[in-house]
Amino acid sequence: MEYEIKPKAKLSLGLEELWEFRELFYFFTWRDIKVKYKQAVLGIFWAILQPLFMTLIFSYLLGNAISSQAKLPVPYPVYALSGMLLWGIFSGGMSNAANSMVTNSNIIKKIYFPRLIIPISAVLVACVDFFMAFIIFIVALVYYQIEINWVGLLFIPLAVIFASVAAMGIGMFFAALNVKYRDVRYIIPFLVQALLFLTPVIYPVSITGNKTLQLLLQLNPMAGALELFRSLFLDYQVNWETVGLSSATCLLFFVIGILYFRKTEAYFADLA
Amino acid sequence: MPKPILEIQQISKKFEISKVSQPYLSLRDSLTGIFRPKSKKEIFWALDDLSADIQQGDTVGIIGKNGAGKSTLLKILSRITPPTSGKVVARGRIASLLEVGTGFHPELTGRENVMMNGSILGMRKKEILRNFDAMVDFAGVGQFIDTPLKHYSSGMQLRLAFAVAAYMENEILIVDEVLAVGDSEFQKKCMGKMSEVSMSGRTILFVSHNMSAVRQLCTRGIVLERGKLAFDGSIQPAIDFYNANGAGAQPGSAYTAIPDESKKLQVLSARLLNQYGEDSTSFTIAESIIVELKIRSRVTVPGAYGYIVIKNNYEEFIIESDTKDFLPNVLDNLAPGLHTFRFEIRNNLLPHGQHRINLAISSPFETGFFLDLPEDILSFEISDFETERGTKRTAKTSFLLNWQHHVIQ
Repeated sequence: MEYEIKPKAKLSLGLEELWEFRELFYFFTWRDIKVKYKQAVLGIFWAILQPLFMTLIFSYLLGNAISSQAKLPVPYPVYALSGMLLWGIFSGGMSNAANSMVTNSNIIKKIYFPRLIIPISAVLVACVDFFMAFIIFIVALVYYQIEINWVGLLFIPLAVIFASVAAMGIGMFFAALNVKYRDVRYIIPFLVQALLFLTPVIYPVSITGNKTLQLLLQLNPMAGALELFRSLFLDYQVNWETVGLSSATCLLFFVIGILYFRKTEAYFADLA
Repeated sequence: MPKPILEIQQISKKFEISKVSQPYLSLRDSLTGIFRPKSKKEIFWALDDLSADIQQGDTVGIIGKNGAGKSTLLKILSRITPPTSGKVVARGRIASLLEVGTGFHPELTGRENVMMNGSILGMRKKEILRNFDAMVDFAGVGQFIDTPLKHYSSGMQLRLAFAVAAYMENEILIVDEVLAVGDSEFQKKCMGKMSEVSMSGRTILFVSHNMSAVRQLCTRGIVLERGKLAFDGSIQPAIDFYNANGAGAQPGSAYTAIPDESKKLQVLSARLLNQYGEDSTSFTIAESIIVELKIRSRVTVPGAYGYIVIKNNYEEFIIESDTKDFLPNVLDNLAPGLHTFRFEIRNNLLPHGQHRINLAISSPFETGFFLDLPEDILSFEISDFETERGTKRTAKTSFLLNWQHHVIQ
């Protein structure tokens, strides 16, 4: 075993090293979940309550308006809940990841390990929340007696991966930026809130007749994940164009995020 | 001769210190910076063209004053920060113990923290489980292992942290003054464990201000001075070289720190005053010494306390004191702002000779345990002109016993 410690290694993803440290993904995710739920009285119910309340609010405020304007495959509350669940991976994962390097700065300054593990684990925590909240989704499916497309079930893992990749790409970018510019911390909540309304989470793409707006919605990195997830509903017509366009932007953001992170990570310890 | 396990080849590390001392930037600073001429930056070479070869099984003491580049060297070797130029060729897994208990979380139990900390340090899960019982035994926390860490005393936390680190099986171990805290019995245990590690043929790089610990553990010494290699050789000549270059006289009557916004509590300055309120560094045994500290509190920290050790020139502890032994503990939940603290070392207590004050601010609820670790901040000289024996007295205190006389018959 021989290796060099040099000023700046050439830009690589360092996958080999990530594999070597793979157990750390588990430990970081496990720690964050454990700490999160140990400190909260309601524990895992928070993961359920958040999307549930948001769905109730949106259903009350927008339910009728959206149902009358666009053809929905399922009653509006189920539609909105499906969106909010998946959105949780993005919003939770992205903001966790964006703050992760700063919250873990005391570790970064003391010990070396591939830094990518931190933002990626932060997103994994949001995925665990998703599976917790999925329980309420099943309850809703049963309550509204929604018919299921069993093939669509296979798309759920795909949708989760899709949403995670979107959260990681943008999250890693902001995590690196956050080390240098602490303003990022204040931008994130605002960004998440704005993006919720700019993404077809609580309304379908078809709500607007404007082709340019539709294209923009389809280019949204989360649109594909939502589309795949909703193929669970029987007779839901998956718009493969949306999936294609969205995955292209999603991958683009992911590549930009990871490259920027890798480019700047060597100096995190000096700045953090 | 086999290839060295570590080849340090002409490494340098540059830091740019902007006049406005701020560790990170705000977007506004960067934006306005576009229009304004660049503010002057001071360039500081923490390490300057340093080279050394380290053979397998070497135990190397890295010695130098504060700011000589020891910590930077360790950070480069442990890959936390890259060098600005030069390179290091390593032929073994490096484990660094720059601070024990990194990643410890107060909400997790002892067992959970061991797993977490071990894996952050680079141990495999199997490796941790194999040594788990030995670690718990070494730390002596037995029945508390499933209790959340926040209920541990600071000593227990430290012992557990060191125990995890002690069982790492890496070829190269980098240790930075972790033994400076903890009771003397545990320090002995740690030193014993480290000797054991070095006996087993592994390589140790040890940084400490404690010359007797360095002498005991290391066979080779590297002395750094302002980022440059000043001496490289056997340990005793290295220590002699270091002492000859005014090592002990390094901290003076006043200490000032660069404000670090990331520290919740920070000692900004410290000074010694005589009984007339004048700055001084030399006292007689008949004088009491007033120590004044300025502490900046940025965030209210529950459980914060100050730990002070007054040492003699042989690194022996003469006084050891925690603020939490006086209730209310003055640093506990200290409101944000700038605070001044004073304490008095009373006369006829410390003996003649050189002394140093070592300070640490910690909280058991803080990950990483330490809030600020300025270490040896002040040094002073005490002379004894008052007593008959004067400087010939060899006791570790200058306390005088006054015989009371009663005539019985």
